[in-house]
Amino acid sequence: MSEPLLSTRDVHTYYGKIIALRGVDIDVHAGEIVTMIGANGAGKSTLMMTICGNPHPRQGQIVYDGRDITMMPTHEIMRLGIAQSPEGRRIFRAMTVLENLQMGASLVDPKYFDSDLEKVFHLFPRLKERIKQRGGTMSGGELQMLAIARALMSRPKLLLLDEPSLGLAPLVVKQIFDAIRELNQSEGLTVFLVEQNAFHALKLAHRAYVMVNGKITMSGTGAELLGREDVRAAYLEGGGH
Amino acid sequence: MASTSETAGTGTSGAVPQPERETRLARALRESVIAAGLTAILGFFFLALRTEIETGGLVLSTRWGLWLAAIGIVFVGRLALNLFVFGRLGATTRRKPATTGAGFPVAKVLTWGLLIFAIVLPFFFTIVFPQRDRQYIDLAILIMTYIMLGWGLNIVVGLAGLLDLGYVAFYAVGAYSFGLSAQYLGFGFWTALPLAGLLAASWGMILGFPVLRLRGDYLAIVTLAFGEIIRVVLLNWTDFTGGPNGVSGIPKPTIFGWELGRRDGSFNDLIGVPYDPIQRFIFLYYIIFGLALLTNFVTMRLRRLPIGRAWEALREDEIACRSLGINTRNTKLSAFSIGAMFAGFAGSFFATRQGFISPESFTFLESAIILAIVVLGGLGSQIGVVIAAIAMIGGIEVLRNLDFLKAIFGPDFEPTQYRMLIFGLAMVIIMVWKPRGLVSTREPTATLREKKRISSDVVAQGEGH
Repeated sequence: MSEPLLSTRDVHTYYGKIIALRGVDIDVHAGEIVTMIGANGAGKSTLMMTICGNPHPRQGQIVYDGRDITMMPTHEIMRLGIAQSPEGRRIFRAMTVLENLQMGASLVDPKYFDSDLEKVFHLFPRLKERIKQRGGTMSGGELQMLAIARALMSRPKLLLLDEPSLGLAPLVVKQIFDAIRELNQSEGLTVFLVEQNAFHALKLAHRAYVMVNGKITMSGTGAELLGREDVRAAYLEGGGH
Repeated sequence: MASTSETAGTGTSGAVPQPERETRLARALRESVIAAGLTAILGFFFLALRTEIETGGLVLSTRWGLWLAAIGIVFVGRLALNLFVFGRLGATTRRKPATTGAGFPVAKVLTWGLLIFAIVLPFFFTIVFPQRDRQYIDLAILIMTYIMLGWGLNIVVGLAGLLDLGYVAFYAVGAYSFGLSAQYLGFGFWTALPLAGLLAASWGMILGFPVLRLRGDYLAIVTLAFGEIIRVVLLNWTDFTGGPNGVSGIPKPTIFGWELGRRDGSFNDLIGVPYDPIQRFIFLYYIIFGLALLTNFVTMRLRRLPIGRAWEALREDEIACRSLGINTRNTKLSAFSIGAMFAGFAGSFFATRQGFISPESFTFLESAIILAIVVLGGLGSQIGVVIAAIAMIGGIEVLRNLDFLKAIFGPDFEPTQYRMLIFGLAMVIIMVWKPRGLVSTREPTATLREKKRISSDVVAQGEGH
């Protein structure tokens, strides 16, 4: 296979003295949807934040698009074409939907703004109806749509999604995952997705990793992992998702 | 939030109105008795007993009448508040979302009305109050200075959300840059003005760098310390700044190099208009008015540009900002330095207006007043700052002239002594009545936002890190 778009090698991340990642190796190739599943506190979000440079890993290397981004400050990493829908969505709640989308596009040439706006409204028609509404007054599903849309406004090559299904009704989860699939298929957008909702995530993803206690314990195609007994026992039947 | 409280309200008043009122009266009475009792205890030593120095030591005298009057006032006042104000408070906050939508044109009319009044203000006072015009225009200058300072601080606190308790430091830097450059280099006001802004902006950067990682309380403490450091340096660097003696003889502003005054070669001589001291006040008023308008204009423009949006985003969520590729360091530094620059301009104006500056004028109280103007006005609201500055600075002045109170409390009563007390009381009342400030367009979403943020934080802690 060709060079991966994003790869982490032996990444160790600490919060003070507490170790959160114990040597993580992942590869995300261009055009793929890759997911990482795992339980609460396994280190999934930490990996995502480490890729974004907040915090930086204490050991190991992160390479994106042939460039070492291990110690780069967050805002510079984001300028290389990585966009993130962070944990907790982090929508600007006093700002309207439109203002939030403007914030997402702050690094992009303004000439693309209108067409990009059309694109995300096509993807999430609900946002168009809410364009004047303030972030703080929207439902969880709408917030998640807005978080993804805001990330897309920066015209990314790689989209990082941290638990997009968290706290959402099954129907809304389906809408959002359909949108992710559409983005990947029609535009070839590369997606790295951290999820607890293993069933949906594994069905969506081309490849998947399982993280336990800061380490990758399994990897394979989404279908492979879905078929494995131990995965089913640990993340599907027991989880009740 | 709003809908649940509404249903609760209509439910109780519709189904069981009678017992509700009775318990409310009983509760009001009980609370009034408690308040009166507290007044009795607290006031006993302050009001009922009084020590006076006489020959042979202290003499204890009693003032039972005053003590009982205070208890009575508190009892009646508390009862009235409970029955007529607190009960309706819930109702008004519930109706708020509708009124803010409909009330928007009012704000617009108010803005234009105030602007037009500000333009004609000196002529208004010279014509309507020819006896006291100097006093009133001087007060208007003072208020305008605080409006400008409030607008400057609004960039830092209101827009970027960086709690700065040492804003007066930049005001001092501006004032001393003009004072000292006039003393040592012979600079005039107009030459020193950009210099003062530039120096204050650089000091804003210098303060900004070490506090980049701090937020909230910690930032407030460091900025507070910074404000004090500047003052203490000005106080102790006697060789350069004159220390506690300050800098005096600071020149007045000129009109394109011509002074206002009686002398030959003055501006009055040039245009052939006889000199009147009031002209100097009017001139100063228009300078600070222009500077304040500049502050407002720049702020309003910046808000619509990416940098201003980044400030507002920064106030809401720093992590989200970074994940959108915004350089939070530069954003914070720009907010600090632009806010500081306007304080520098205002400081320079202060120096020329007073003609004398000393570290005395730049105490923490100044920072607190400016911050109070911003907070009372409603964080981020430009018109709110104007209203709050008029209310606070004008209010303090009005309290100086409460001679009619002497008729009530006797000729020994000195209203100025109670200035800060009344002032503090007014602030408490405003914050109880309008916790988000006088003009808070975000009020409907504000409470909701807080709640949601807490819940999402709780969720975040439970999720995989």
